[in-house]
Amino acid sequence: MDWGSILAETVNKFFGVQAAYFALAAIGLNIHFGYTGLLNFGHAGFMAIGAYGLAISLQNGVPLLLAVLIGLLAATAFALLLGAPTLRLRADYLAIVTIAAAEIARILFRATEIAGFNTREYTGGSTGINGFADPFKDLNPYTGSVDLWFVSFSRNDAWTVTVGWALVLLSVLFVHLAMRSPWGRVLKAVREDEDAARALGKNAYSIKMQSLVLGGLFGALGGMIFVLGQSSVQPTPQDLGAPKTFFIWVAVILGGTGKLWGPVIGSMIFSALLQFTDLTLRGFQEEGIIPTWFMDGVQVGQVRFILMGLGLMLLMAFRPQGIFGDKRELALDVR
Amino acid sequence: MSADTPTDTVTSTAADVLTDVQQVPGSPKPDPMLTADGIIRRFGGLTAVDVRHLEIQRGVITALIGPNGAGKTTFFNLMTGFDTPDEGTWNFDGVAMGKLPAHQVARNGMVRTFQLTKALSRLSVIENMKLGAGHQKGENLFRGLVKPIWGAQEREIEARADALLDRFKLAHMREEFAGTLSGGQRKLLEMARALMTDPSLIMLDEPMAGVNPALTQSLLGHVKSLRDEGRTVVFVEHDMDVVRDISDWVVVMAEGSIIAEGPHEAIGANQTVIDAYLGTSHDAPLDLGEIDVEGAS
Repeated sequence: MDWGSILAETVNKFFGVQAAYFALAAIGLNIHFGYTGLLNFGHAGFMAIGAYGLAISLQNGVPLLLAVLIGLLAATAFALLLGAPTLRLRADYLAIVTIAAAEIARILFRATEIAGFNTREYTGGSTGINGFADPFKDLNPYTGSVDLWFVSFSRNDAWTVTVGWALVLLSVLFVHLAMRSPWGRVLKAVREDEDAARALGKNAYSIKMQSLVLGGLFGALGGMIFVLGQSSVQPTPQDLGAPKTFFIWVAVILGGTGKLWGPVIGSMIFSALLQFTDLTLRGFQEEGIIPTWFMDGVQVGQVRFILMGLGLMLLMAFRPQGIFGDKRELALDVR
Repeated sequence: MSADTPTDTVTSTAADVLTDVQQVPGSPKPDPMLTADGIIRRFGGLTAVDVRHLEIQRGVITALIGPNGAGKTTFFNLMTGFDTPDEGTWNFDGVAMGKLPAHQVARNGMVRTFQLTKALSRLSVIENMKLGAGHQKGENLFRGLVKPIWGAQEREIEARADALLDRFKLAHMREEFAGTLSGGQRKLLEMARALMTDPSLIMLDEPMAGVNPALTQSLLGHVKSLRDEGRTVVFVEHDMDVVRDISDWVVVMAEGSIIAEGPHEAIGANQTVIDAYLGTSHDAPLDLGEIDVEGAS
């Protein structure tokens, strides 16, 4: 068993496409939950809307930047649609509506026709859309695969990773500027106690709506980097369904909610750990340390998630504030 | 508090304007700041609030008292936009408040505190205070991104917040999370934070509840100082000593309606009020069981 190559591949994942697009989406979810206290359990819905908005536009010959804009506008509309009826109600209603709306969006993308209208022509139905990313790939300045001393990426991945991490850094800067402002203060006040904020003349409904839209935009950006990287968008649960939402949640909680770098580091660690457990388990199997009657190659894929779940439970038990969190904050009785 | 001695004379002048006011429910005041008409709030079959007419005099401290379930807090909620009445109109300083949401009411200068204190736990004390300031340029997302736009205003707000923290003896807790404050300190913080909005009418819902006697004294001083700087104060309170000490006018609610109004001396002797608190049965011939109760109290 080659620990060197396992380590190298793990480090690669640390900086890979997955970590980058997870980080973007997690930054969005952190704005929702970490800073505003909004329970969004449909973040994959925002990713899907962004991804499909981009893919359908590109497929129909729209220039890349305009296509990105269309994806972002679609995500904004989705956020407004979700927020308008629920943000005046108790927090739990948003949770219920987001989880349902994200599934509705995904299933609509998978549908072949909606109300007699042939949508498959645009969305590709259950096969999704493939090979739309050429306008993005054409901009690739790399001529071959990229080998730094600790990471190596194929030509395609190197370009996606570059754009992805550049966006992550810009997003972190944006969140930093936004959260140190009086606007960010109102956001956090609403998280702590909405009624107190309203009693001081702050429009809680409006600020929650702004947060929902803003976080949704980062979710959409994450979805775009994801599908641009693999040049394919699929309406499967693994890609753009509830499991993805919960992975993003894990990344946010792992890093520490309401912290600037929490979602970024959380995403990197999540991606790397997933790769590490996978490679290690497979290595043990090849060596015969884990007998095949106990676990076969297919099962490894699932077992690593079991291990991740176990790890998350241990984290919650021993470091509930996440990596960047402040234990003092958690010790306060919030109400 | 030694500072209380001069305020006693102020108490008499502030209450003076009310000497000619009729001591009946809904009596007209010389200069009402808040006027409510026909406010009715029903919860299913129960009519929680049924206030036919109420005027709150500007620049004095009005106590709102009444037994539990009298509708005092509900009335507060209705006036401040946290709840909507089924019927009724009210205006605040000449502005009709009927359809305004809570944050608009607050921006108009009618600010409330809560019975269960709402400290914003995971914000520092100073951040709690700065939140209270109104008209902040940086509360718009896009302007907020550019610090030069709101930096100067922020420094002004911070100076004002620090002055208030000093006055409310919270300066040493400036950087602590509000969640670490004691119950009494939270009451102080909530009052100070409400002052950051520069309200003309401040409505305090049980400001002394759960506060130790020593702190009660300083809270009382603070409430009086609010009036002395020209603000109108309405507060809900159960402790009659407190009511006697600081109120210029007392409004009594029972079962949703206003049953009496007057200075506290008159209220204490008012038969309707005594009936509301103790029940009407004490007029009936006492039986042996009730004699024990009377003896105990």
